[in-house]
This record gives sequence, C-alpha cells and structure tokens, in this order.
Amino acid sequence: MPDELIIEAGASEKHYWLDLWRYRELFYILSWRDIRVRYKQTAIGAAWSIIRPLLTMIIFTIIFGRIAKLPPEGSAPYAIMVYAAMLPWQFFSNALSEASGSLVGNANLITKVYFPRMIVPASSVIVSLVDFGISFLLMLLLLAWYRFVPSWHIVFLPIFTLTAFLASLGTGLYITALNVKYRDFRYIIPFIVQFGLYISPVGFSSSVIPEKWRLLYSLNPMVGVIDGFRWSILGKQKIYMPGFILSNFVILLFCFVGVRYFRKTEKTFADNI
Amino acid sequence: MSSPIIKVEQLSKKFVISHESKERYRSLRDEIVTKGRRLVQKQHRNKTEKEEFYALQGVDFEVHQGDRLGIIGRNGAGKSTLLKILSRITEPTSGRITLRGRVASLLEVGTGFHPELTGRENIFLNGAILGMGRKEIRQKFDEIVDFAEVERFLDTPVKRYSSGMYVRLAFAVAAHLEPEILIVDEVLAVGDAQFQKKCLGKMEKVSVDEGRTVLFVSHNMGVIAQLCKTAIWMDKGQMQLLDNVSAVIQKYSSSGYGQNNVYVGTKMDAPANFSLIETYLPDGTLTNSVLFDEDIILKCRIAKNTNLSAMTVGFALLDTLKHKVFTSHFHLERSDLEGRSEIVLQFAIPKRTIVPGFYSFDAALFKVGGEGYEYLSDVCHIEIVDNGHQLSYDANFGSVLVDCKWDFL
Repeated sequence: MPDELIIEAGASEKHYWLDLWRYRELFYILSWRDIRVRYKQTAIGAAWSIIRPLLTMIIFTIIFGRIAKLPPEGSAPYAIMVYAAMLPWQFFSNALSEASGSLVGNANLITKVYFPRMIVPASSVIVSLVDFGISFLLMLLLLAWYRFVPSWHIVFLPIFTLTAFLASLGTGLYITALNVKYRDFRYIIPFIVQFGLYISPVGFSSSVIPEKWRLLYSLNPMVGVIDGFRWSILGKQKIYMPGFILSNFVILLFCFVGVRYFRKTEKTFADNI
Repeated sequence: MSSPIIKVEQLSKKFVISHESKERYRSLRDEIVTKGRRLVQKQHRNKTEKEEFYALQGVDFEVHQGDRLGIIGRNGAGKSTLLKILSRITEPTSGRITLRGRVASLLEVGTGFHPELTGRENIFLNGAILGMGRKEIRQKFDEIVDFAEVERFLDTPVKRYSSGMYVRLAFAVAAHLEPEILIVDEVLAVGDAQFQKKCLGKMEKVSVDEGRTVLFVSHNMGVIAQLCKTAIWMDKGQMQLLDNVSAVIQKYSSSGYGQNNVYVGTKMDAPANFSLIETYLPDGTLTNSVLFDEDIILKCRIAKNTNLSAMTVGFALLDTLKHKVFTSHFHLERSDLEGRSEIVLQFAIPKRTIVPGFYSFDAALFKVGGEGYEYLSDVCHIEIVDNGHQLSYDANFGSVLVDCKWDFL
C-alpha cells in the first residue's frame, strides 16, 4: 500500500515544504510552459527582452549621463554602468508584473487541482530569470563593444543574481496574494514598477546620494542588489557596506513576510478566486 | 477486511458569509472607503454581519479498496465540497480524512491545456497537472496518442485543433491516469454528452476491471445505480444515509422534493369531482418517486354531489413535454354509484413499463358521449427512477416499454 495521507485542518501546513518538493515536476512543467508560451512567437518574445533594456539604457545614458552629467562609477562607461543596473531591475520588475497576475490567470487550475500554490508565481519568476539570461548576453556584447574588461569580482555575480531572485520572489508572492484578495490591486502594480525605476539607482550611481541619506535610501532592497551587480561587473568602486547589509536584510525580511502572507492566504485561494 | 482506503472522520467545513459585501471579490478601493468611513464616524462602527454556514457537518464514512461509491443529494448538499476536500483543493475546518492511495479527479475537458502549445507539449502539461510524472507520461505517450488519434497533428498548436480532436486528446490523457482513487464530479466533467459517456465507460472499466476505488457525484440516479455499489445521501451538509445503492436512491427519491404530488380537490359545484389523487408504492407508502422495478399505484377519491346514472373515470399519463403517453378508463355503472357520496378507486401501472423519467397525470370525470364533469390537467407529478437498467444511458427509448410476444420462426 502506498503511504498514508492525512487531510485535516492545518495538515498541509505541517508538510508544506515536503509537498513543494513532491510537486517539483509540476513546477518544472509549469515553468517550461510559461517559457514556451513566452517565446513561442520567437521574433517578438526573445527580442523583447533585448530591446526593452537596451532602449531604456540608451535613454538613461543620454538623460543622466549626457544631459544631467551625473558621474559614472570609476572608469566604466556610463552605458555599462546603467546596463549593469538594468539587468537586475528588469528582472525584478518583470517578475513582479508576471507573478502578480499568475494566480488569477491560472484560476481554472487552482479551483480544480491541488498543488502548493507557490509553484505558480514561482514559475513566473523563473520565466523572468530566462529573460534575464537573454539580457545578460547583450551585456557581454556591450562589454566587448566598449572593450571593457570586468574585474574578477564577476565571480560573485551568481550570488547577487540569487539576491535579486529572492527579492523578486518575496515581493512577488506578497503582491500575488494581494492580487487574489483585492482584484483592483493589479492597477497599482505598473505604478509601483514605474515608480521603483526612479527611486532605485538604475540611471545613476548610488554614490550620488548624499551620505546622510544613504542608509535610509538602502531600505529599498533593489539598492543592495544593484550595488552588488555594479560592484561585480564594474569592479573598482567600493560598496557602501552599512547600506548593502541593510538592503540585503530588507530582502530577507521581504522574503519572509511574502512567504508567510502567501501561506496564510493560500488556503483560501480556491474559495476566493 | 483490510483497512479502508478512505476514512472520513467527523469532517466539517465552515464558510463565513459576510453580508457586508455583495460582490464576489473585495476590492482595495472598497476596503479603503470603508476603513476611511470608519475613521470619520467612529461611533457608527457598523458591525459587519457575518453568518456561519456549514457546507459539511460531522461527516463520517469509510470506503474500501475497489468500492464504487455514489454521492447523491440536492444542490448545495455538500457533495462538491466533500470532493474538493478529498482532492485537497480546500481544507476542512475540522475532522480528518485518511487516504491510502493517490487521488485524482476527472476534470472538465482540457483543464490546463494551453492553446499556444502543441499537442505533444499539452500531453505532458496536462499529465503533470493530473498528477503523472514525466516518466509515466513518456511510457504511456504512444498509447495516449493512439487513443486520441492525433498523430498527424502532434506538433500543431492545439488552438488549431477541431473541437473533436481537442476533446479526444484531453480525454486520452485523463484515461491513462492510474490513481488508486478516482474522483468524478459530474459538475466538473461537464462538456459534451459524448465525453460524459466516455468518462462513465472509463469509470466502469477502472473500477470493475482494475479494482480501483471510485467516488462519483451525479444527479443522474440511473447512472449512479448502475455504476455504484454503495451510495451516500447528503443533505444540508450532513450524511443522511450510507447503504447499498438502491436503498439510498429509494430513500432519497421518496424524501419528497415535489410538493405537488398530491392533488386535493375543493370544487364542489360539479355533479362529481376529484377530492384526492395520490400515488403510492405497492407497499402502501405515499410517494412521488417509484423505481422502474415497482408498480405505480394511483389512488383517487371522487366526490359525487348529485345523482348520476353512469360515469367514466379517465387518467392519462403525461411526459415532460405534456404529451399523453397513454390513457386508461374505468366505467362506473349505476350499481357502482347508487347510494354512495364518495367513490375510492385505485389502479396500478405495471412495473417495467414506463421508461424512467418525470411524468404527471391528466384526470377526467365524464359521461361517455355526454358532458364532462371535471378535467384536471398536469397533476400528481411523479418520477420513475432507473435502478440500473441502462435506460438513462442512451438517448431515446420512447416512453413505454412493451413486453411484446417474441417468437422464433
């Protein structure tokens, strides 16, 4: 006889992570589905993840670098500095907008089949990670174009990618759950994303922020991620340590709160959606 | 006997209905508006009226390996909630279920299909959603494709499929699912009749040939009676009865859901009129629901208000379209009528004659070739319930089965 399964109030609570592991196949397949669908019309799908950061990078370089004449970080070309920040930012904002609609978009599954619901928003974060990978290839081309050799710090890039992933997942889970609860929340998300682009150091170096505000500024979790990316790609410039630690702490906090809130509301998704 | 494959103990599910919001979803805007209003007018803290509602309450039962259990009950009786808890879509409020096997549900056609993906991709996707591993799907892949007859279109996006191909593919995946416990909710499995029939066929095969456990919710008593050995009757979230299928259907059917199964007459100005018409089972219980295997007894009381020399009592059986199925007459002579103010009659419609379905009666009192005393239309609604004769399965048997005399020549 196969193993016994007990269903009772709060039972799924106890072996939630085990269940998440058990349903990993479904997670792979849902991620794979989302990726397939996204790049099905290859011409638009893949190109989009190149055109968007590229155009934004060009515009930011012109506005912040040429017109506003903000200082670059070290000897790196302004364009590369912007693009190094563009990478994690695009990842974060894509993940947020994809994840937020994912549960509502998969409502027919959620009301009919059991699986740990976290799989759905997590798989849309994975799709954004693939987008990130494609944009990263463009980064390599840019480096070659400017004949800029990144420092050895680049070996730490996977770690910062992980922090970017955690930041996206934590925030994504929270917003996804809110989106199920309040259906008009989705109108706020584009606003958050757009707003975030300007309050995060994407178009400029975080060193332009006055020293006394810097710690406060680092409450924005993306500050830590972007600083990390710039540090590992551009090298040279020192990281503002207290801010960096605070940022990463905020990311962990977001993750914790996001997972908790998602778990709390998850049980009622099928009743609410 | 071995331990049960499903054991349900004191299972309850409570919903809280908030009377404040009539809409299905809450919106942030509303939330802000209400919170804001509360801030302004603090004394007016309108307590949101909340009402608790038990979709399931204290349900207990056990199902053993290979059982086929039907679940019947009116809409809102808790059947679907029970299945949803069993398939873990929602959690119970209290109580517990112990499952000793993999549970899978037959779902609506193409749940989880993605129109942009090809047939091949959708087989993997749908299989995973229904709970199959990639290995398992790969093993059965050729079989599934064969069954669905879509080899030529495997690499075409399913949005270009004809609806027939789509259904075949969806069903093929579901048909190759091999859970220990299969859950079928008619409500979930809606789709075309063709698909439903295939589902039922598959269910029968799965349980009879392979000894798997099946839980089946349906409003079609005939299909339940045919496929299931035992049944549960749910009412208002509680289990009314768990017994063998015909006993449960019998009890459920006679629980009286039609109030108009008895006709009580009040008209006294005609020379004669019906004062009461009722339908009974052969054992004398009043009912509006009779099994196909039982005689239908109709009793009527006729009030005679004046002296009459002769009278004919006529009944006609009507189908749901109010077409007459047959008519039966009974002549009362002077000797039958003399000295009586009330006449009580009964007649029996022989068993295994009327095809299961919903019927009613026209009743008439008249004098042959002369005046009519009373004509009642569409009274005494009854249901003839199929208890497993395949009559609910296929479309059209007409209304009457006649036991004709057949001979070899």
